[in-house]
Amino acid sequence: MANMTIAKAITAGLRETMKNNPKTMLMGEDIGALGGVYRVTEGLQAEFGKTRVVDTPLAESGIIGTAIGLAFRGYRPVCEIQFDGFVFPGFNQITTQLAKIHARSSGDLSAPVVIRIPYGGGIGSIEHHSESPEALFAHTAGLRIITPSNPHDAYWMIQQAVESNDPVIVFEPKRRYWLKGEVDTESPGQDAFSAKVVREGTDATIVAYGPLVPVALAAAQAAEEDGNSVEVIDLRSISPIDFDTITTSVHKTGHLIVTHEAPTFGGVGGEIAARISERAFLSLEAPVLRVGGFHMPYPVAKVEEHYLPDIDRLLEALDRSLAY
Amino acid sequence: MGAEHLPTSEFDIEELEQSMTSSDPADAPEMVQLLASDGTLREDVQYGPYAAHLDGEALRGLYRDMFLVRRFDQEAVALQRQGQLVMWPPLLGQEAAQIGSGTALQANDYVFPTYREHGVALTRGLELSALLKLFRGVSSGGWDPREKNFHLYTLVLAAQTLHAVGYAMGLQRDGEDGVSVAYFGDGASSEGDVHESMVFAASNQSPVVFFCQNNHWAISVPTEVQSRIPLSNRASGYGFPGIRVDGNDVVAVHAVTRWALEHARSGLGPVLIEAFTYRMSAHTTADDPTKYRLSAEEDAWRDKDPLKRLERYLRSSNTADDSFFEEVTVQGDEMAAKVRAEVLAMTGPEMVQSFNNVYADPHPLVAEELAWHLEYEAGFADADEAGESN
Ligand SMILES: Cc1ncc(C[n+]2csc(CCOP(=O)(O)OP(=O)(O)O)c2C)c(N)n1
Repeated sequence: MANMTIAKAITAGLRETMKNNPKTMLMGEDIGALGGVYRVTEGLQAEFGKTRVVDTPLAESGIIGTAIGLAFRGYRPVCEIQFDGFVFPGFNQITTQLAKIHARSSGDLSAPVVIRIPYGGGIGSIEHHSESPEALFAHTAGLRIITPSNPHDAYWMIQQAVESNDPVIVFEPKRRYWLKGEVDTESPGQDAFSAKVVREGTDATIVAYGPLVPVALAAAQAAEEDGNSVEVIDLRSISPIDFDTITTSVHKTGHLIVTHEAPTFGGVGGEIAARISERAFLSLEAPVLRVGGFHMPYPVAKVEEHYLPDIDRLLEALDRSLAY
Repeated sequence: MGAEHLPTSEFDIEELEQSMTSSDPADAPEMVQLLASDGTLREDVQYGPYAAHLDGEALRGLYRDMFLVRRFDQEAVALQRQGQLVMWPPLLGQEAAQIGSGTALQANDYVFPTYREHGVALTRGLELSALLKLFRGVSSGGWDPREKNFHLYTLVLAAQTLHAVGYAMGLQRDGEDGVSVAYFGDGASSEGDVHESMVFAASNQSPVVFFCQNNHWAISVPTEVQSRIPLSNRASGYGFPGIRVDGNDVVAVHAVTRWALEHARSGLGPVLIEAFTYRMSAHTTADDPTKYRLSAEEDAWRDKDPLKRLERYLRSSNTADDSFFEEVTVQGDEMAAKVRAEVLAMTGPEMVQSFNNVYADPHPLVAEELAWHLEYEAGFADADEAGESN
């Protein structure tokens, strides 16, 4: 057991995979001497050298595209994208090439590229530094997408991502980078591509992921003080989504609220709502509710508190759900 | 295959030291320089004439602008340190590149900046505190780009270079004589958008000037990782002229930019200018350069300070004396105090504005979400009132 932040847990996880697999390499902007703008790769270049921790030219399409070629040679590139809003110059390579290569080659080729993207708001920054683009990627078949919410998962999920034979995008909740917790370095607990019930309850279920898991847990705690027992599921994997775990929970509680920072329209919450309506229609006692961002570009720092789902908004949704 | 076969795309200390010495403008013959580091003016057959109009008053004006924007920059850094701005990208060291080029533009030319072009903004007559709205977190823009032909800051690197070319294509079609100017950094020069913008510009022979400020660093990554040749040399591959100019020499930058604008304006197509300069401070207030660069390098560049160089000339040629420099200092302090007061008075927009600005025409989903938001917020107001009356 070790106590560390999410950021340091990812560093430690990366260090493990680099030790275990000589083909693992890191690439990205400023990840070498600087250790990345969030210092997630800090110390790794000193430890593994410049050929395994590579400061690339400043070009996201170049980073992803060359990682694909490296993967064809058996490498396991882990690409760092500096901020969520800067992944888009690489979007073409990710969605038209990386995601599709296995299918296009009838299974002959695979591209086990990992892309790490710090995402989400709440850090009081300027535009393009607080985006939640997960749904844009989740809509693309061929990509796996995960997001840890605590140090233990961060440590293991990054390693499991590198081991995956498919491309994996790891969305890292940047406002939780400094969140501390226990990491069991002996046992992962479970597979990266599954969800986890992080709090048991009987009256309603809240599904959250990444940065909002602590918010959902706090809302559940507050609800308990009002006499409501709320189950909280940490989704962990956005593609695939572990619908079984959610369905089981909804059979028990009959009420489901899905929350994410990304806009609700066209988001992951809509997908969960639709699937669960199909799978657990007769168990549902209220429509599935979504608590998420609005249909607007991420607003300026001064008003982001009005944009981000918080405890109050979750409790309001809970009241509405339980009122049916 | 072992790692020993791999090229080091990375810098090491020796390489860095070497690039330091070879980066002295005086050692680089291909670099245009009119004002030598010792503060004396040089002859230059091609570009000299483009600086000939700079009389004493104009030179004092260039100094004043450089001084003011440096003072503004210092004030912004201080405001950030005091928690009044969420972050700030300083321009320390790049004053000559920006003031020299900005003052060469005409009113109908149109600037597409990145996020550090505070000096260019000053030459366009922008209210400087407007630049701070973005960094205070109260706006994603902060000014109407059409008022001074100065586009909003663009944070996704290189995206604006294509907009600049498109704008130039528009000018061309409309038969107007304006020139579009795209500013970007040495790091951004690696982005695909820069390549595509140069291809389009060349293909259309559009009136656009690409102004690359090579300040040697893209956050922690040195220019060598982006380009093994002077960036200005890339232009020939696209089929238009590229010029490397001493970016700490405000006179040379001004002259070269005038030449490039005239070239583009007269229908001869694009030009790439590489202003060879140095970022003397951190990349942004969130950055720590001690993690990646040598203080010896910084010291070497401090000697090439663009303000000191022009001051040396102004003094030795009796173009300016102590009273001028004192007057500029007072002016700087007044400007800084004004900017500070304006920033402190800047309050956040209402959330409602974020809904209202999403689309130009009404949109039912936004209307629905706004209605929900207002009702939700009103619930808190009601609760507060109920609480108070208790
Ligand atoms: C597409 C994109 N990728 C990454 C970033 C993050 N980033 C911001 S500034 C910067 C370095 C830019 O260097 P350069 O272009 O040389 O300009 P400078 O900041 O030195 O003026 C990086 C990597 C970004 N803003 N946009």
